Amino acid sequence: MDATPAIELRGVGRRYGERWALDDVSVAVPAGATLVVFGPNGAGKSTLLRVLATLLRPHGGEAHVLGEPLPEREWAVRGRVGLLAHEALLYRDLSARENLRFHARLHRVAESRVEELLERMHLRGRADDPVRTLSRGLLQRVAVCRAVLHDPPLLLLDEPRANLDPAAAELIEPLIGRTSGRTRVVTSHDPAGGLAEADLALGLRDGRVALSAPAREVDLAAVEELYR
Amino acid sequence: MSEPVMRERASAASAGAASEASAARPMRPSLALLRKDLLLERRAPEAVPAMLLFSITTFVLFHFGLGRDEVSGQLAAGVLTVTLLFAAILGINRLFVSEQEEGGFDGVLLAPIDRTALFIAKAAALFVFLALVEVVAVAAFAILLLGPSPWPALPGLLLILTLLNTALAVVGTLVSALAIRTRARDLIVPIVALPLLVPALIAAARLAAPLFAVGGADALPTKWLAVLALYDLVFGLLAYAVFDFLLED
Amino acid sequence: MYGKGLRALTLAAFVALTTTFALVFFYAPLDADQGFIQKIFYVHVPVAIVTLCAYVLGGILAALHLKTRERRWDLRSYVVIHIALIFNVVGLLTGAIWAKASWGHWWVWDEPTLVSFLIVFLLFATYQPLRFSIEDPERQARYASVFAVMAGAFVPLNFAAVRAATATVHPRTFGTTEGGLPSQMAWVFLVAIVAIALLFALMCCYEIAAKQTRWQLRALRRRLLGSDAVAPLGRSAAPALGEPARPTPRAPRNPAEAAS
Repeated sequence: MDATPAIELRGVGRRYGERWALDDVSVAVPAGATLVVFGPNGAGKSTLLRVLATLLRPHGGEAHVLGEPLPEREWAVRGRVGLLAHEALLYRDLSARENLRFHARLHRVAESRVEELLERMHLRGRADDPVRTLSRGLLQRVAVCRAVLHDPPLLLLDEPRANLDPAAAELIEPLIGRTSGRTRVVTSHDPAGGLAEADLALGLRDGRVALSAPAREVDLAAVEELYR
Repeated sequence: MSEPVMRERASAASAGAASEASAARPMRPSLALLRKDLLLERRAPEAVPAMLLFSITTFVLFHFGLGRDEVSGQLAAGVLTVTLLFAAILGINRLFVSEQEEGGFDGVLLAPIDRTALFIAKAAALFVFLALVEVVAVAAFAILLLGPSPWPALPGLLLILTLLNTALAVVGTLVSALAIRTRARDLIVPIVALPLLVPALIAAARLAAPLFAVGGADALPTKWLAVLALYDLVFGLLAYAVFDFLLED
Repeated sequence: MYGKGLRALTLAAFVALTTTFALVFFYAPLDADQGFIQKIFYVHVPVAIVTLCAYVLGGILAALHLKTRERRWDLRSYVVIHIALIFNVVGLLTGAIWAKASWGHWWVWDEPTLVSFLIVFLLFATYQPLRFSIEDPERQARYASVFAVMAGAFVPLNFAAVRAATATVHPRTFGTTEGGLPSQMAWVFLVAIVAIALLFALMCCYEIAAKQTRWQLRALRRRLLGSDAVAPLGRSAAPALGEPARPTPRAPRNPAEAAS
């Protein structure tokens, strides 16, 4: 296994006008590990994910994702990252199958993979209905398919289990859970559940790191403190 | 531009298992994006019908506004080209809406593609929409307002509209991308795009004027063909060069 | 050090302008047809030339900003376009006066320079609203630069197209009865162009110096008096220059937090 960490951030910042949405964030995530990010709303969790996804450029500090420096080689990282965000990134008037095929073409992935994922997620029956007719749970499942379609070594998941019933959560587990073998960065509002699946824990408040340690060393109370 | 090609190849190589499994046809990203946009418009038509209705309504307005039953020559050319320009503004306003609203920009931005492919795809989509609108709008114009017979004018008109559509597509896509992430999106588009399109309008109107001459269609003034082609070329290259800057963050 | 050489530039501009006025009023011959009012030509045409060149310059500066990402290029581009817009309005007004004097109408479509001037004004008048409608300062600067590049390339194209479209019924000479530009007029004209160009450069330098000073003051106040002494910026179309404040570190609220 490669020794270079999947993610390496040193003093990374991201500003928005005069405000720093992320300030002096440092963390190192080894390949295959799971980093869970905690923090209240507005703490910068989503901003962090977007910086890692190369959607936002870091302002200041050093960032390396999958061994590539950002933003110089951001194009080398694209295509190797899977993002599951609040928006599903799906076109409402197209069907699930059409959406996935579109993304497959953009990522140069075989169409058979689309069918395979639709099958695994038990979406075959609704695959040709426009996405806007799907329930939130089904929508989330399609979004998960889109995120892992191109088999990315790094997954960025923004509250992945929101809107999912336990059966669906079980379905997506092998794709985006610990057993998937991928490096994962997961944001979570659930201190206990989050810590349980984490290798590393990162707590953000007002864009700054309030907590950063291996999960087993972190006290549940410390995480809950973040939200006060 | 070797860098984007280099980038594309590098990212294709590093896509690992995905590219190995590529029994997929190597569909170029622009084509995939274009196909998606055409599919979306066909599935839920919004832009094309609106542009078409707008054009026909405008012809009616011109009839009453100008107080004339029929127009010919320069006047006809002006009415037609100005109407098409305004109709195009409607389409330009909508061009990136699907991307912006559904977070779709992110979907495209995350893909390992050269972002200029988005420009090409959107410009091509706008071109197609305009062509579709013009098929009906020109016919409506011929029926409602045009004095002389339209048939001899058609070949020339085809050439002029191709060049004009290119200008509208190129400038429109750039202005649309510029405006989509601002707060006053649908206000910015007309006030920026219309002055920018003035040279194209001048050329197109001057070119179309002899086609609608009362005595039968005359030859096209090549001077204006050159102007319009030059406009397309200059703005095409320029837009291609600067488009990337609008998408990065 | 801001405003280096500003004094010399002011002096030069003052001298040039005074010379021009003197020449226009006392030296330049009276035009045969139009009389005294024709002398507005010495203001109008230099202003027009300087404005159009300035717009192209604004586009070049914007291209530099896109290439280097340095904010000072955006500032320069913004100021040049801003001042050029003011000159543009002056040019349109003097053009209207001249048109009234020459042809009896406040506006004529026969003058391609004047017409393309109007179109260019309509385009660049959108520059500031465009900037104002984008809140994030970096994106604002980037988008504005893209606009300025396109608009800068547009200026010569537009000029050529309008020129080609305008039937030149009136020969564009402003001569005495001999036709062509007599040497006296040409001299004054030349001096006028230099004077207007210097005035333009002067105004740009002043505005740039003023903006840089204001940002410096803001940064110093923040450093000396703390972040709270400086009011947060409202929305603005002008380029943001200063380094944004880093948030003051929060004191840890409990030992657990302090330890981690």
